[in-house]
Amino acid sequence: MLISKPSYIPSSEITPKSAYLNRRKFMSAAGAAGIAALAGDRIARVLDPKTEVRAGTKLDTIKSPLSTTGEDLTPYQYITNYNNFYEFGVEKGDPAKNAGRLQTRPWTVTVEGLVKKPKTFDIDTLLKLRPQEERVYRHRCVEAWSMVIPWVGYSLSEFIKECEPLGSAKFVQFLTLADRKQMPGLSQSSINWPYSEGLRMDEAMNPLTLLCFGLYGETLPNQDGAPVRVVVPWKYGFKSAKSIVKVRFVEKQPHTAWNDQAPNEYGFYSNVNPNVDHPRWSQKYERRIGEPIFKQRRQTLMFNGYGDQVASLYNGMDLRKYY
Amino acid sequence: MPNRWIVFLKVLVHAACLAPVAWLIWNFWRASTVAPDALGADPIAFVTFFTGKGTLRLLVLSLAITPVRRLVPKLSWLIRFRRMLGLYAFFYACLHLLTYVWLYSSFSWSAMVNDIVQRRFITAGLTAWLLLVPLALTSTTWSIRKLGGKRWQALHRLVYISAIAGVVHYWWGVKSGVRTPLTITVVLAILLLARPLLSYRSRSSQSKTRPQSAQP
Repeated sequence: MLISKPSYIPSSEITPKSAYLNRRKFMSAAGAAGIAALAGDRIARVLDPKTEVRAGTKLDTIKSPLSTTGEDLTPYQYITNYNNFYEFGVEKGDPAKNAGRLQTRPWTVTVEGLVKKPKTFDIDTLLKLRPQEERVYRHRCVEAWSMVIPWVGYSLSEFIKECEPLGSAKFVQFLTLADRKQMPGLSQSSINWPYSEGLRMDEAMNPLTLLCFGLYGETLPNQDGAPVRVVVPWKYGFKSAKSIVKVRFVEKQPHTAWNDQAPNEYGFYSNVNPNVDHPRWSQKYERRIGEPIFKQRRQTLMFNGYGDQVASLYNGMDLRKYY
Repeated sequence: MPNRWIVFLKVLVHAACLAPVAWLIWNFWRASTVAPDALGADPIAFVTFFTGKGTLRLLVLSLAITPVRRLVPKLSWLIRFRRMLGLYAFFYACLHLLTYVWLYSSFSWSAMVNDIVQRRFITAGLTAWLLLVPLALTSTTWSIRKLGGKRWQALHRLVYISAIAGVVHYWWGVKSGVRTPLTITVVLAILLLARPLLSYRSRSSQSKTRPQSAQP
């Protein structure tokens, strides 16, 4: 085979990046239009996300020994364009499209319930409460897909100490923003808004549980739960509430949004568990987002691979019953 | 409608049904080699929804032909496209099944048997596909003659059950609270309800016009 030498190309003939990006956009748009007739425009939108990546504010971070190692990070593009955030729409591409309306300043988090004294924290106070750590965690959605995300934040336990909960507090509940003006998805699903999630106190105090402000070294994009969320890496993703406005310490297990919606499908605990299937699909395998199609499928790990740190929380519990 | 036009339209319909598959195969190849994101962030889920929604849309299109013909007698030539659409629906359904067998289950038969027994949404989907098999097999003109019009028609009414099972499969497959299957459900419901309504209408209009219709 003859391989010819590349000839000299004057720089004036090289297509500027913006032009060929536009051309690509045109081509994919044309392709998308072609398939729209049969496949529907929603699919086309997933393929051609229109969102520009809005650069967040850089956060000064320190590395954390709690980070998961040996896994490729999921590219930023997917973490920010493939989201379940029903407040902004039920399709995976909706949050990236619609979350731009969310105002994350001013923002406060109210602490109430079984605490020494109710308090309200300003988001900028929270950001500076402890040093920001980069924590790489696997993220496993109940829908059987997964990512590896370099979150930024500090242990939720550090925040809880500042809240001064009473000894009678057995659970902590997270309530998130539900504002029709900013969140066009509220009317699209029958979820009992505002989104509510909760953890048992010992789960919340586990050092792995993260109060999260950013990812990839920058503040959270709105579609990922700006300005503050929790990340509970050994539980299915929906346990990790986004855009939190209220933290409530309570004695009884709080109601949680997906459990209200379908109690037989989404339990309060919802620990990642390959041995307990979702009633409608298997949880033995997951699809890693952003991997080539034949490398996507992989085995799901018990507690999402964090068993060493968290299995003892559930000693003596029947995890089939408390799914 | 002159024959030449029918042939031309048939070519168009073939192209419209095959182009998405060609597009899918091309991007499937790219997603497994040079461009992992050619089918979006979650290519397996993408292929699943692409083929599944394609099946339901084609099925609904094929079910639209009879009521449209009865409403607009001028369009009765549409009957010549019904078999084609039905067969393409079956083709998409086969691709959808292949996605499950290959990409989801990696040909693990034990996993699939488990799924079929335990998961009603898989059972519904498989039922929908199985009901289409005899219809595809008896889609030839020879079969119609062999079976006789009445029996053939009775057999092909299975498509109603198949389409319903397909839509149920869709609802059971999405998370509760998600309403994306609503559009196709409404369209299918209208098409299924249109049948008895149109029969009733034509029966009552026939009884009114009987004296005239007896004339040549």
